[in-house]
Amino acid sequence: MTAADSQPHTEAPPPAEAERRAHAPLWRRVLQVVAVPAVAVVGALIVGAIIISLSSLASGSLDLLLPLRAYADMFQGAFGSTRGILFTIASATPLILGGMAVGIGFKAGLFNIGAQGQFLMGALGSAAVGAWLAGAPGLVAVPIAIISGALLGAAWGFIPGALKAWTGAHEVVTTIMLNFIAGAVIGYLVTGPLEFEGFSFSRTGPLGNAELPAFEGTTIHLGVFIAFALVPVVWWLLWRSTLGFEIRTVGANPDAARYAGMHPALITILTMSLCGLLAGLAGAGQILGISHFMTPSYGTSIGFDSISIALLGRSNPFGIAAAALLFGAMRAGSGLMQINAGIPVEIIDVIQALILLFLAADIVIRRMLRIRADGAEPEELQTVTKSYGSGNAL
Amino acid sequence: MDVLYGIPIIGVLIQFIGYVVEVTPGIAPIVLGLAAPIALGAMCGIMNERSGIVNIGIEGMMLSGAFAGFLVAGLVHQSMGPVEGFGPFGITPALLAGVAAAIVVAMLLSALHAWLSITIAADQIISGVIINVAALGLTGYLNRLLITPNPRLGAGTFSTFRIPPEVADFPVIGWILEMFLEQGPIAISVVAFVIVLQVLLFRSRWGLRTRAVGEHPRAAETVGVNVVRMRYRNVIMAGIFAGLAGAYLTLEGTSSFQNGMTAGRGFIALAAVIFGRWTPVGAFGAAVLFAYSGAFGQAIRIRPPGIEYPDLGAIVAAIPSQVYGSLPYIVTIVILAGVVGRSIPPAAVGRPYRKEEQT
Repeated sequence: MTAADSQPHTEAPPPAEAERRAHAPLWRRVLQVVAVPAVAVVGALIVGAIIISLSSLASGSLDLLLPLRAYADMFQGAFGSTRGILFTIASATPLILGGMAVGIGFKAGLFNIGAQGQFLMGALGSAAVGAWLAGAPGLVAVPIAIISGALLGAAWGFIPGALKAWTGAHEVVTTIMLNFIAGAVIGYLVTGPLEFEGFSFSRTGPLGNAELPAFEGTTIHLGVFIAFALVPVVWWLLWRSTLGFEIRTVGANPDAARYAGMHPALITILTMSLCGLLAGLAGAGQILGISHFMTPSYGTSIGFDSISIALLGRSNPFGIAAAALLFGAMRAGSGLMQINAGIPVEIIDVIQALILLFLAADIVIRRMLRIRADGAEPEELQTVTKSYGSGNAL
Repeated sequence: MDVLYGIPIIGVLIQFIGYVVEVTPGIAPIVLGLAAPIALGAMCGIMNERSGIVNIGIEGMMLSGAFAGFLVAGLVHQSMGPVEGFGPFGITPALLAGVAAAIVVAMLLSALHAWLSITIAADQIISGVIINVAALGLTGYLNRLLITPNPRLGAGTFSTFRIPPEVADFPVIGWILEMFLEQGPIAISVVAFVIVLQVLLFRSRWGLRTRAVGEHPRAAETVGVNVVRMRYRNVIMAGIFAGLAGAYLTLEGTSSFQNGMTAGRGFIALAAVIFGRWTPVGAFGAAVLFAYSGAFGQAIRIRPPGIEYPDLGAIVAAIPSQVYGSLPYIVTIVILAGVVGRSIPPAAVGRPYRKEEQT
């Protein structure tokens, strides 16, 4: 039994219908794409509200208005002031890059759970090189620090890619193991060779001129512009370049790709490295633009956030940017929510999981909305597990 | 580094073997303890994958089980007051309630996974990721909400069975007995679970049908096996193992809950499944190997090879301690990379099954 047998067989639409679909009004086509993610987000917020209401039971009485107040606070925190909006944009920045790091992987049929480790290695690389170049002129220090972070991230992505291509080790397990190993590497280097003396805690040295230029008094730094500028670049790469075509072909059918003269092993390694590059860039931006130094146990939730964002954005860079802004807003607003409404910020993770749940059960949503299964399920849902445990090197 | 200079590799290797032999009796009792959650997770993985379902949500099921077990045991303990432990394991009603809660929660998550991957035919890896994200988020949320304001919550742990010291001092056999028997009830029962599952899987009607459903569901259906029901039942029952693994973490191994305390054990369990070639006994062996690498890392940190093994000691001292801490992760990657190509999974694993449409 092959994968094709088990998938519901979708026939090519008759020409007339295809033409009708191509000439459907723009709003209808947009609606077709946006409907399921939108329902997923709304549904997750509703279920999240139920959970918040129920958790008010812990403090005595059932408070049905608590979720409304919590969401209002969250909205207030994210969009209520110029500062809030800028914070939302800054919070979305690493998520855009991380989301694309996972999304490109999906296009190649790879499930990159390693954005976390790649991000951390990128952060480490730029913190180390940035501290080393602290005295150099900014025009030299900044680009080199950014590039070294991105390259270290790419190297951390290369490892699972190469293991997958050459030995068949599944990237889901190897990337997660590499996340833990990245944590250990950082723990060692930041408390050891890279530690900067003169602080009460372990950290890397000051960045000096390698800090990213930022608007005075805001969190909007150069990395924000780089991330947003990369959105159309990645879109072009995936849908308009030869490499993107090969990535998508390998993701859809490695055998067909091989018959067409492509090299699935090479594309796998290249894609994972590219994913690592983007996640590493996210780490570099956070260190050089926001934190300005690295600690031995640098905390981030970017790993799972990126997966949710890539799925919510349908692996499309523009969709990912929109999803990242949504998640950035939730992260930016959650602080105010925790202070005012007393809801732990971890509710964001719960809402995130609920969004994923609704997305995975999108057949149910489609039936609810009576959306015709144009092109069946979203592509990434079909391609990801094709290779699981097949045990064959590419 | 001049100590290392000019010494043949053989010498270091002999010292290494000597050191391993020396520390092994000391770490033997903790090896099975470390292996227990991994082995239980692997049993969960085997039952899933043998029936054709990929489950990477074991980590999340374990974490939820650990949390639910800790919370329920703590609450029961609080409402009942201290109770004298019963039998050699110090069993109390609170601990039993905790284990039951852990199992129930893990089975509920398994049911969700079964629904998503069998009925909805969603991507099974994404379904697993959802369970992991949801478990991490919900346990973190509820931990902050329920356990943090209540720092004295907790029901303690099961006691460890003690074998008589004369037996334990007996070389080799004593160590092995110590490893398998100086444990709490969950870790001791792991061995029994492994043997029972191995026999059931390869010697019973249920096992034959399970394997058929995982290898060739269409063929199984034609001879009258209800593929959907079989997969549902196996996936949900497998949750018991994930729940027990979670209960082990908070009710036997330690007596506290921390966010994300499973620390990748669910994924290491998956690697153990592959390394053990989808057999319970093999996966158990792999789990023991992973656990040994972890325990060995601890041993090196606590009792580094010193005067008796000078060359080895110099090498060990030159390697940062974090390397030993991440030994299980490194070993997992190396084993996956080295073994996976020669290890053949059930043929239909990860593929949603649809009955043929009647025409």
